[in-house]
Amino acid sequence: MTQRLDAATQVGASNANKGVSSGARKRRTSWTPAWVPYAQAAPLALVFFLFFVLPLVATFVVSFWNYTEYSIEPAFVLSNYQDVFYGCFSGSSGLCTTFATYLSTLKFVAIVWAVTLFIGFTVAYFLAFHIRTLPMQIALFMVCTIPFWTSNVIRMISWIPLLGRNGLVNETLASIGLVDAPIEWLLYSDFAVALALVHLYTLFMVVPIFNSMMRIDRALIEAAYDAGASGWQTLTNVIIPLVKPGILIGSIFVVTIVTGDYLTIGIMGGQQIASVGKTIQTQINFLQFPIAAANAIVLLAVVLLTIWGMLRLVDIRKEL
Amino acid sequence: MTILKETRGGITRRSILKASAALAGAGVVTKVTGFPAIAQEPVTLRYLSTAVNQSPAIAAKAGEDLGIKIEYIAVTTDDVAKRVITQPNSFDLVDTEYFALPKLLPSGNIMGLDASKITLSDKIASVIRNGTVNGKKVGLDGTAPTEVLYLPDEEATEFAGEETGFLTLIPTTYNADTLGIRPDLIDGEVSSWASLLDPKFKGKAATLNIPSIGIMDAAMAIEARGDMTYGDKGNMTREEIDKTIAVLIEAKRNGQFRAFWTDFNESVNLMASGEVVIQSMWSPAVTAVRTQGIECKYQPLKEGYRAWASGFGLPVAIGEREKDAAYEFINWFLSGWAGAHLAKQGYYTAVLETTKEAMEPYEWAYWFEGKAAEKDIMSPDGKLLEKAGATRDGGSYDERMGAVACWNAVMDENIYMIRKWNEFIAA
Repeated sequence: MTQRLDAATQVGASNANKGVSSGARKRRTSWTPAWVPYAQAAPLALVFFLFFVLPLVATFVVSFWNYTEYSIEPAFVLSNYQDVFYGCFSGSSGLCTTFATYLSTLKFVAIVWAVTLFIGFTVAYFLAFHIRTLPMQIALFMVCTIPFWTSNVIRMISWIPLLGRNGLVNETLASIGLVDAPIEWLLYSDFAVALALVHLYTLFMVVPIFNSMMRIDRALIEAAYDAGASGWQTLTNVIIPLVKPGILIGSIFVVTIVTGDYLTIGIMGGQQIASVGKTIQTQINFLQFPIAAANAIVLLAVVLLTIWGMLRLVDIRKEL
Repeated sequence: MTILKETRGGITRRSILKASAALAGAGVVTKVTGFPAIAQEPVTLRYLSTAVNQSPAIAAKAGEDLGIKIEYIAVTTDDVAKRVITQPNSFDLVDTEYFALPKLLPSGNIMGLDASKITLSDKIASVIRNGTVNGKKVGLDGTAPTEVLYLPDEEATEFAGEETGFLTLIPTTYNADTLGIRPDLIDGEVSSWASLLDPKFKGKAATLNIPSIGIMDAAMAIEARGDMTYGDKGNMTREEIDKTIAVLIEAKRNGQFRAFWTDFNESVNLMASGEVVIQSMWSPAVTAVRTQGIECKYQPLKEGYRAWASGFGLPVAIGEREKDAAYEFINWFLSGWAGAHLAKQGYYTAVLETTKEAMEPYEWAYWFEGKAAEKDIMSPDGKLLEKAGATRDGGSYDERMGAVACWNAVMDENIYMIRKWNEFIAA
């Protein structure tokens, strides 16, 4: 509560400082024609329309088309969706390809989400509460972003010489006598995929959580301390509830990226692990655009549902 | 806006606009005065193919000899076909595999090449023209080039089925593929495709994640193991696809495969790092592993080879000037130098006679006649490939191409096959 009041007074203060300029703005809006704001929003709206809405609509439409090996033909058929869910509802033993693929993706989402949340929260907590000065906080925050100066493919591939059968890790373990034969599951395995995904996407957790933590009024923590709360109680009763929006935003990033990822799963899984993206890629490579479009629409629906579900947990607008 | 003006000092939007207009004006002026007499620029051919086929040296030499600028567009095998169908205006010359033709031709985007404009068209290797090596028929399972080589006319969308004056693709490179192995990491002999699925190599085998080729390698292995025989490995029935995929899934669940690859370079890395000791491989990949000083053998197998062939095609939308240049380039390509350049990487070439002329006799003897190398064999970029005394895996051209069992293919049941392949990947 204090925090919000505080924020309100701050806004008030800054408005007062800018009294002159905001007065000028108010006067101007009065003689600005009503269409001007629309015109101002138009460029972005146009970009969105051309590069987001239109392709999406096209994808949706094409998902109902027919195709041969060298052409796609306008039609309205549901066969592409039937193909996507081929064997899923036949009651046969074993999962159909699509469900198996989504289950495998879901597994990675769960693992990566949990690990990035833990690491991301810890790093953000350290930055926000243990580093005292702002310049140092900024400096260390920059350090976190350094890996992002290279492409994520390179960051991913750099794991391969480390984890391989004759890689650094195995050689080290062998030389200190911990293992006799090289450990096989380090590379081209679920482990490798999860490791690379965590490595790639932890920062997406750190940034929003750190941002939320920086907004916490330090007086609240002092109050909790004065009221006799232990460190753990402060964490669970004060800090975690207040950084919920940050956690949620970070989670949305991580969950959506991992759901759609196929490059990491492909490279680190030795292409042995299925992902929806890879399925779509294979279909596109063989010019089966309509079924690829149907797959993309299903993927989109899954991602949107996930985000919708997550947004139900925390009301971001209210918390921000 | 007012704030902006204040903070930016004297620079206003208007002054920036003025300055940039002046700059642009200056640009126009210099352009006009800078190049007064515009001679006809050298024609540029946008050359679409996989990265493996694109040698910078060939582009440089073509520029030197013909004054034609070759602009490479490098994409993956599947993307070449995709691009031909979806973006037929984005290239002037395509180097694609014959097996893609049953998809490409009906799209109407590929134009027949007039054999009378190709000087050496009747010298093209017989294995491509009529599926024979030294008069002996080779295996024609799959999409054999001879079946898709001829067109009734320039703009046909169906194959002729007999020899005509119009060709779909002029061969650039072709070869017979087999399994690559690391002899230093394998005990005993490998002599059959069945080894790909042999539990002895559990966790150390790899195959391609390119469904149309991967399934044929699997079929070679399954047939070699004696599990089943195929009517046509390059054109399976649904039951055959089902059974093949079932075997693959079982092998995958048993941990047979270390990884799958789609890109040529991935196969090189898998082999060079020792992650994999036996895998489906392409000849230049074996060469690439060897140039790193790592032992790698392109193992001849008793069931024979899976062959492929790639060739030049022209897009229907090609301009007149580009078309002439493309014919000129193709004729140059067949005339020797380019062939020799590619042959030194282990490919076979369209016109063997001119390739032979352009190679040193000891190189020809090593690459095509299966003889022991008299001198060290160098790659085109000057790296040592083989020490003197070595012989080529699989022997001579006649032995290798003569032992072809099947060709890369697109099946009639391709759509079904891809669905099943995805099932295999997801299993």
